[in-house]
Amino acid sequence: MTLRRTLRNAGLAALAALLALAGLVAWLNLRGEEPLGPTSPRAPAGAELLARGEMLTRAGDCAGCHTARGGHFYAGGRAIETPFGNVFASNLTPDAETGLGRWSADEFWRALHHGRSKSGRLLYPAFPYPNFTRVGRADADAMFAYLQSLPAVAQPNREPTLGFPFNTQAALAVWRALYFRPEVHVDDPGRPAEWNRGAYLVEGLGHCNACHSARNVLGATRGTLDLQGGLIPVQNWYAPSLSSPREASVAAWPKREVVQLLKTGIAPQGFVMGPMSEVVVNSTQYLSDADLAAMASYLQALPPAGELEEPAAARAPSARGAALYKDHCVACHGERGEGVPAAYPALSGSRAVTMRSTANLVHIVLEGGFPPATSGNPRPFGMPPFAPVLQDADVAELLSFVRASWGNRAAPVSALDVARHRAAGS
Amino acid sequence: MTKSPRRLAARVAARLTLCVAAATAASAAGAAPFEDTMAQRMLACTGCHGPEGRAAPDGYYPRIAGKPAGYLLNQLLNFRDGRRPYALMSNLLAPLNDAYLREIAAHFAGLDLPYPAPATLDLPAADRALAARLVAEGDPARGLPACTACHGATMTGTAPFVPGLIGLPRDYLNAQLGAWRNGKRVAQAPDCMAAIANKLAPDEVGRISSWLAAQPVPAGAKPAAGFAAPPPIACGGVAASADQAPR
Repeated sequence: MTLRRTLRNAGLAALAALLALAGLVAWLNLRGEEPLGPTSPRAPAGAELLARGEMLTRAGDCAGCHTARGGHFYAGGRAIETPFGNVFASNLTPDAETGLGRWSADEFWRALHHGRSKSGRLLYPAFPYPNFTRVGRADADAMFAYLQSLPAVAQPNREPTLGFPFNTQAALAVWRALYFRPEVHVDDPGRPAEWNRGAYLVEGLGHCNACHSARNVLGATRGTLDLQGGLIPVQNWYAPSLSSPREASVAAWPKREVVQLLKTGIAPQGFVMGPMSEVVVNSTQYLSDADLAAMASYLQALPPAGELEEPAAARAPSARGAALYKDHCVACHGERGEGVPAAYPALSGSRAVTMRSTANLVHIVLEGGFPPATSGNPRPFGMPPFAPVLQDADVAELLSFVRASWGNRAAPVSALDVARHRAAGS
Repeated sequence: MTKSPRRLAARVAARLTLCVAAATAASAAGAAPFEDTMAQRMLACTGCHGPEGRAAPDGYYPRIAGKPAGYLLNQLLNFRDGRRPYALMSNLLAPLNDAYLREIAAHFAGLDLPYPAPATLDLPAADRALAARLVAEGDPARGLPACTACHGATMTGTAPFVPGLIGLPRDYLNAQLGAWRNGKRVAQAPDCMAAIANKLAPDEVGRISSWLAAQPVPAGAKPAAGFAAPPPIACGGVAASADQAPR
C-alpha cells in the first residue's frame, strides 16, 4: 500500500514538474507578446516609405536567402543548409496563396520580433529573428510596405527536410526558451549616435553574427553581440572574428576603407571572397555611406578579443612550395606576395593568409573566384580554380609556403586539411 | 598644335622607363606583366579553358574563344543561375552581375584565333555516311532536324546564339550530348537540344561526335550572320535579339 502510494506521489510530482517545465517553456515563448489587434485597412504607401523599406530590406540581406539562384526576386525557395537538415526560405512576394498577400503589418512585425508565422506557428531560427527582434516597429512596417509593393509571384513554399525531433514545434519551443528572447534595440546614451546606428544595423538587420559567431551543438550562436568568428556550417567557410586583430578586426583601418570594403567588395587591406560576396552583392553595396560609416564605427569599437600573441611558424618554407608558387601564383600575386592594388590581394602580411583557420585559403585555391561585381568595382579580376590541376599535397605545400614567406609566420597546412575541405566543398 | 620637344622627350623617356620596368617584371616573374585589360581579368577562365580560351588539351574544358556572344552569355547565365549544374562554374560566377557577364561573353566572342587541326576520322564508311546524313538532313521520320538548320550550313554557328559544331574535341561533344540526355545540361525552356539529344540513339551520338570532330575548320571561319530559314525547332536560348537574352 505504502509503496503504491509513494509511486503515485512520485508520479504526480514528476507530472507536475513536467507541466511546470512545459508552462515555463510556453511562457518563455510568449513573453512580451501583445495579442494582435484587428487588421486595420492598409493606407497606400508613399514613395518615401517604399524607398526606406527597400533600403532596410537590403540592410537585412533578405534577398540573400529569399531569392533562389536564378529564381524570382524574393519568391523564396533557396535551401538554407543546416547540420539538422534544410530549411527553405519562404515566398515574401504579395501572392495571396503562397506569399505574404494575406499578411497584416502586425503579423509581419510579430514574425520579425517574436519569430512566429501568420498562423502563430514558431519559425525556425534559420530565419534570423534572434537578430531581427531588435528591428523597430516603424522599420518593420516600412519593410512590409516595400515587400507588399513587389510583383506577386505564385511559388509555393517548400517543407523543411529536418529529422525528428528538430521538425517539431515542441523542439523549437525548447530551443527558443533556451536561446531567444524578444528585445528592441535601445540606444546607449554613453555612445555617439553613429555608433548606436551601427549597433542597430550590425546586431539587428545586418545579422552579422549569424555567420561571424560560432554555433553550439543546438545551432545557437553566442548572442548578437558576439562577432568572434565561426565556421559556417555545411559551407565550411570560416567567417573570421571581427574582434580579433589577427583575423578581421577593422579597428586599425581608416574608417573610409571599411566603408569601401562593404560598398565595393575590395579595399586596400582586404578583399571580400566566398559567402561575404553574397552579402556585398545583395546587401551592403546598396546601403548609404552614412549607414556604412555607422556600421564601421561600431565594428571599429569592438573590444579586441581572441589570440593576441604572435603564433610561431612551425616550419621554414619548402622548395616544393616555392616552385608551385612560381608556377601558379607569382604572375598575379608577385615575387614578394605584394599583389596588385585593386586587382590582386597582397599575400604578404595578409591576415586572410595567416589566420588560424585555413578553410578559406583552401576554398580559394581549389575553387578560385572573383570579388563581387559592384558599382564601385564593376569589373573585378578573377583567380582560376586550381582543383582540376593541383593535388591535395601540392595545395598543402603551396599554402604552407605562402603562410611562411615574406614575413608571414603561420603554421603549415596539411594535405589532410585540404582533402577534408575538398570533400566538403564538392 | 605643336608639341614642345622637351615634353615629347620626357614622354618618350617615360614610355621607355615603363617598357623597361615592364620587361624586367616580365622576366622576373616569367609571365606577362600586369595589364588593366579584359584578358588580365579573365585569367580566372583561361586557367582551364586554355590560353586565350582556345581550349585545354584534355578536351573536357571547351574552347570559348570566338563562340557567338549570345551563346556564351546564355551559358554564363545558365551556370550562374543554376540551370547547368556544375559547382565550380556556378561558384565562380555567383558574385558577378549581368552587365559583367555580358562583357565577358563579348570579350571571348571577339577573339579571332586559329583552330587546331581536326582529329583523324576512324569511322567505317557506313557510320560516316550515317553521321553526315544526320548532320545535314536530320531524320524527318523521328522529327529530328538537321544540325545545319540552326548551326549553319558550314557548321560554324549562327550569331548571336547558336555555337559552331566543328573545331571541338569528340569527347567534349559526346559529353554535352550525353549531359543533355541525362539532364545534366539544361538550357532555357524550351530546351531544344535536350529534345534533340533524347531522340538520338546512343551509338548515333558517338558517330556524330566523331564525324564532327574530324571536320576541318575553314580559315577565317565565322558564325553565320543569321538563320538562312526560320529554325525548325523552338529554343529558349535563342531570343529575338541579343538584348533579349533570357535572364
